[in-house]
Amino acid sequence: MNGAISPTILGRLEWLSLPFVRAWQNPTPDELIGAGAATIVVVGMAGTIALITALGKWRYLWRDWFTSVDHKKIGIMYVVLAFVMMSRAVVEGVLMRMQQATAINAPGIVEPDHFAQLFSTHGSIMIFFMAMPFLTGMINYVMPLQIGSRDVAFPLLNSISLWLTGGAAGLMMVSLVIGQFSTGGWSGYPPYTELEFSPDVGPDYWIWAVTLGSIGSTLSGLNFAVTIYKMRCAGMTMMRMPLFCWTTLCTSILMIFAMPPLTVATAMLALDRYLGFHFFTNDLGGNMMNYANLFWLFGHPEVYILILPAFGVYSEVVSTFSSKELYGYRSMVIATMSIAVMSFTVWLHHFFTMGQSASINAAFGIATMAIGVPTGVKIYDWIWTMFMGQVRFTVPMLYSLAFMMTFVLGGLTGIILAFPPLDYLVHNTLFLVAHFHNMLIPGLLYGMLAGYHYWFPKAFGFRLNEKWGQLAFGCWVVGFYLAFMPLYVLGAAGMARRTAEIFEPAFRPWLYVAGIGALILLAALVALFVQLWVSIREREANRVDAGDPWDGRGLEWSIAGPPPEYNFAVLPTVSGGDPFYTSKRNGDAYLPPERYENIEVPKNSVVGPLLGVFSAATGFALVWHMWWLAILGMLAIIITVIARSFIRDTHRIVSATEVERVDLAWRDKLFASRSISREMETTSANQGFAEVAA
Amino acid sequence: MSDPNQGEKDDVRGYVAGYALALALTCAAFAVVRWPSFNRITTLAIVFTLGFAQAIVHFRYFLHITLAKSARDDLWLILFSVLIIVLMVSGSLVILMNLRARMM
Ligand code: HEM
Ligand SMILES: [Cu+2]
Repeated sequence: MNGAISPTILGRLEWLSLPFVRAWQNPTPDELIGAGAATIVVVGMAGTIALITALGKWRYLWRDWFTSVDHKKIGIMYVVLAFVMMSRAVVEGVLMRMQQATAINAPGIVEPDHFAQLFSTHGSIMIFFMAMPFLTGMINYVMPLQIGSRDVAFPLLNSISLWLTGGAAGLMMVSLVIGQFSTGGWSGYPPYTELEFSPDVGPDYWIWAVTLGSIGSTLSGLNFAVTIYKMRCAGMTMMRMPLFCWTTLCTSILMIFAMPPLTVATAMLALDRYLGFHFFTNDLGGNMMNYANLFWLFGHPEVYILILPAFGVYSEVVSTFSSKELYGYRSMVIATMSIAVMSFTVWLHHFFTMGQSASINAAFGIATMAIGVPTGVKIYDWIWTMFMGQVRFTVPMLYSLAFMMTFVLGGLTGIILAFPPLDYLVHNTLFLVAHFHNMLIPGLLYGMLAGYHYWFPKAFGFRLNEKWGQLAFGCWVVGFYLAFMPLYVLGAAGMARRTAEIFEPAFRPWLYVAGIGALILLAALVALFVQLWVSIREREANRVDAGDPWDGRGLEWSIAGPPPEYNFAVLPTVSGGDPFYTSKRNGDAYLPPERYENIEVPKNSVVGPLLGVFSAATGFALVWHMWWLAILGMLAIIITVIARSFIRDTHRIVSATEVERVDLAWRDKLFASRSISREMETTSANQGFAEVAA
Repeated sequence: MSDPNQGEKDDVRGYVAGYALALALTCAAFAVVRWPSFNRITTLAIVFTLGFAQAIVHFRYFLHITLAKSARDDLWLILFSVLIIVLMVSGSLVILMNLRARMM
């Protein structure tokens, strides 16, 4: 049973690469957990395929979703991907907490090597395949609507980005069933990830998944930036854009400049591993500091890529649910821009302890602390927005409030870590793990969840259940504090991160509390899914077809929910900030257009799905050294791109009569709806038509 | 009315001129290295200058960035990109040179 099965065809694949075979030969709890996870993936895939087949939905999925280049559908698919990957990564996080709680002077439930795979996949998935798809999907859905555009600048490229990310996420899932994943953490530092120390397939899975994902993100960044520069509707000057568009613009700029260093770093590591280069090896002139530098040249801007879109969501949510204009819009814009530029001046704080002179550390430490200033400005702006407003504690607003308090705590520990001498004490401990979860859970996850609750009625035409939303919110908050505050204590007491076994009995109570917190976080995830299920079942009672359930302010609320594929029957013209809110007050919202015109929309394309499948296949082949498949995959990619360039007929026309029919049907519903006051917005009386106080 | 294909012809002429310039600059850069006739520092300076000229040619002929008012927005973007790249490259150089000095 040892050795490669068929080197020419299957490369270095062995029977023992399959967790089922390993668990059969050696049924320890560790192997059984591995095989169990693989079973979940296989059964989940088979179940999904069987379900779709039984429902006869393949044509529908292919035609209406997979090949669609509509920014709204692409956005929704991104968010679905994010939820799937989030489920896996949260479970892994909980498993790690369970391991550490049971491994005090005992081996615990998983072996060290398996534990290392857990933190590597958990970190990589949370960053690249949960956070990035979530925010990219959110931007995709919302930003074109907010700037009054019919689509993003390059719809097909958008679909390609989605499918590259999807293919990369697929590689992550495959690594559970065939072979194993890297044990080198989410940052994949060489020389540990070089052939000398990690000859197995793990780092290769990491390299190709991250490479594909990073290319997809670079393309998304370009797409969004061009959309904002070139596709704003008449009158939508930069300083009239909703703040979410500003944070999108800054995030896109960061993606454009920060993703390439990552792609370069992973490509160089691949050259080391595949072609015997020596960029980062210990010997023959390699220098791993080049990797650390490149990785964090990406890594620090990355955290702002993650956090800025959430800042945008909070700005929208706080302003809408306080029925007040965003306080200090201009200062918000300047703060966002400063954060974007400054985020390129601090990356060294991720390797304070790796040998630079004290003065260089000091310079980067001061720059790091300086970023706290624009961030602080934002917090005050949100608080002032709420001040004297008509504040409603809906679920998105609850997330925003929890964010403001929790994020400030995380920011403070960040300032602590920015002192190089203090960083020497707590780097590489659970203090750091507590810090970045304290930033990312409020600063990313809560933001995305707030946006999900806020824009869901726009995307699907019905509101999400409030009760389950509040329960999920409660669990996310309580769970977060219980799971991560103890880690500050443990870290300050010296417990190293990425530890599979603990030999200090005094850590026990803190680890138990953190374990309970992790279970509550798991409950929060479950509550989100229950909420979705319940909301879908009772959707008829919660319809908001008229499209404006929250007395919204931006253009996205001025159209039906869900919007037609061309978004606006007639492209809007705006004359100020918060255009829809103002025109409701001026009584000129919902004016019927004088006439309807034909609208040109891009045709569906198979190029996105094809490129996703081909690139994932190429990645898989490279991981397992199946050279024939790798060559075939690369050829297929090139041929697909060239073939696409010969297709001239890429658009179709939606006729003016069709546009008119859809628009009038929506207007009928709109004027049949009862307008409601803000007190009733979370009840079934809300049909998406806001009452405007005179 | 003038020739309707005039615009297209101008386009093609621009691209050809740009291509010729880009090619000439590339060949020149390779030539100074292949047939060394200056000392190292001068050669390096020449290659950098040629590279800079190459970037300008690309901007002018392929990306159509001019100093005209209509292209001001694009010019701002380019300046911004230059700022970010300068930050990343100069920072990396400082860090790695410092590490090297402390290792030697
Ligand atoms: C929701 C519940 C979550 C739980 C229970 C959880 C738990 C954990 C645990 C136990 C670790 C390993 C700590 C160690 O090294 O000892 C970890 C690492 C990590 N987590 Fe989470 N986490 C959660 C959410 C998130 C989120 C939302 C993100 C990012 C968006 C994230 C990103 C990371 C990263 C980047 C690492 C470092 C991986 C490495 O060491 O390479 N986590 N998490
Ligand atoms: Cu950082």
